[in-house]
Amino acid sequence: MDITPATAAPPPLGAAPAPAGQKATTRPGDRIFLALSRGSGILLLVIMAAIAVFLTVRATNALSHNEGNFFTTFEWSANSTPPVFGIAVLAFGTVVSSLIAMLIAVPVAIGIALFISHYAPRKLSTPLSYVIDLLAAVPSIVYGLWGALFLVPHLGGLYSWLNDYFGWTGIFEYHDGAARSLFTIGILLAIMILPIVTSVSREVFLQAPKMHEEAALALGATRWEVIRMSVLPFGRSGVISASMLGLGRALGETMAVATVLSPSFEIGKSLLDPGGGTFAQNIASSFKESGEIGKDALIASGLVLFVLTLLVNGAARLIIARRKEYTA
Amino acid sequence: MAKRIDVSGLNAYYGAHKAIDDISMTVEPRSVTAFIGPSGCGKSTFLRTLNRMHEVTPGGRVEGKVMLDDENLYGPGVDPVSVRRTVGMVFQRPNPFPTMSIFDNVAAGVRLNGGRVRKDELDGIVEKSLKGANLWNEVKDRLNKPGAGLSGGQQQRLCIARAIAVEPQVLLMDEPCSALDPISTLAIEDLIGELKERFTIVIVTHNMQQAARVSDRTAFFNLAGVGQPGKLVEIDDTERIFSNPSVQATEDYISGRFG
Repeated sequence: MDITPATAAPPPLGAAPAPAGQKATTRPGDRIFLALSRGSGILLLVIMAAIAVFLTVRATNALSHNEGNFFTTFEWSANSTPPVFGIAVLAFGTVVSSLIAMLIAVPVAIGIALFISHYAPRKLSTPLSYVIDLLAAVPSIVYGLWGALFLVPHLGGLYSWLNDYFGWTGIFEYHDGAARSLFTIGILLAIMILPIVTSVSREVFLQAPKMHEEAALALGATRWEVIRMSVLPFGRSGVISASMLGLGRALGETMAVATVLSPSFEIGKSLLDPGGGTFAQNIASSFKESGEIGKDALIASGLVLFVLTLLVNGAARLIIARRKEYTA
Repeated sequence: MAKRIDVSGLNAYYGAHKAIDDISMTVEPRSVTAFIGPSGCGKSTFLRTLNRMHEVTPGGRVEGKVMLDDENLYGPGVDPVSVRRTVGMVFQRPNPFPTMSIFDNVAAGVRLNGGRVRKDELDGIVEKSLKGANLWNEVKDRLNKPGAGLSGGQQQRLCIARAIAVEPQVLLMDEPCSALDPISTLAIEDLIGELKERFTIVIVTHNMQQAARVSDRTAFFNLAGVGQPGKLVEIDDTERIFSNPSVQATEDYISGRFG
């Protein structure tokens, strides 16, 4: 701030001439806007720090009373004396259901996005993208109710089919019972993250440079080959970040999971076994009946989810940054 | 290797707007034909009808006949994809595929349509095409580097190599030098002189000196006014067009009285 231009040196081109000893005029509008935007930026950092401190302090309190191993115990009795709780089941349930959701949603979303951006006539593509965006606006409790009342009773057939053909793998073994399993949660989460993955991918595909599409066309490429040669390579990083956005939502989804799942603290051998749990679902289901230590234990599990989400976002940013040169 | 193009009664539209009106002409094989004319006269649109790229534009529509020797490109049951394999195209701005290496760019067309080519055969095609585009000596040591890392003129020659790798009959060039510096332009013009031994070449250019330098025949396009369709005014030997054209408008345009 205290650097003044040397007296003899001519001012650089484009810089406002500022005679020594005289401050450049700043207008009140600029000062107000600067203060506002700087304040917002600082506020954001303060809030983030406050959340982190709050989570860490409360979590430490619970962990110091915990009689079980926080990472390996298959139990959540945070309100008994002494408290015993561990996140193994929650971590497993969260990661597995979100992975199932990704495996189902991402290919379908890419297909829909390509259809809207490159195959559908304009008359169809505009209303279709509108409907997709609308899907994202449905509250998650509505998805939860639909999942519990419609999806669960109707999945028996699919479960039996999976058992007949893939039961030998062990993870698709099914014995009669309500389909309130991690697999059902995965399907439900897939439907819930489909809109966000689709609309971000669609935007990226629409930005694929026309000149590369024409280059492929002029070589005698079919429509699919044009997409493979020019659209998909261009859209790759965008699809990755879209998927990570979806994954973030799936990891943190609460109400839909809590409505559908019948929670239990064991890890079933088969994905189709009822039971299991996720971080967010466990917090929502047990918070009200929890005492002091119980609440802190839930906060500790929330901290783990927070870190998990941060890691996913960081990984996505790394992947995108590494491929930046191709998006220009 | 090179075929004659015979166009008759060709109209092209963008939606309801008629872009070119009733064009008929013959393009001789193993020669360079240049299209000149003011902006908006439809010469690029006409060029794009010759490999059925015009209909890719939303609303693009074509009426009339384009005969490539004895095959009508707009005949019933003709697949535009196979037309574009026979009639290659080079664009105004160099457009190598940014995620592909130099080698893969040249091989891109050969690998299309499920084409399975043996590795050594593909190596041969790539080398021959890069040599044909006068680029081999500059890139032979870095075939695996990205094509987008080359200079503009090299990228354009890479695009020419990519186009000739699939052995087309005709090569269409849409202002191939307008984004290049004079040295790169000279390199491309020299290359055009060599390529006409093997291909029928049609080039659109805004640069009349370039048309005079590279082409054997020149077609002059004009339009009656803004919003009017473009028309072919005349096509003749380049020498005649630039010395003694038969239409007054051509002479006015060439001598710089308008355009």
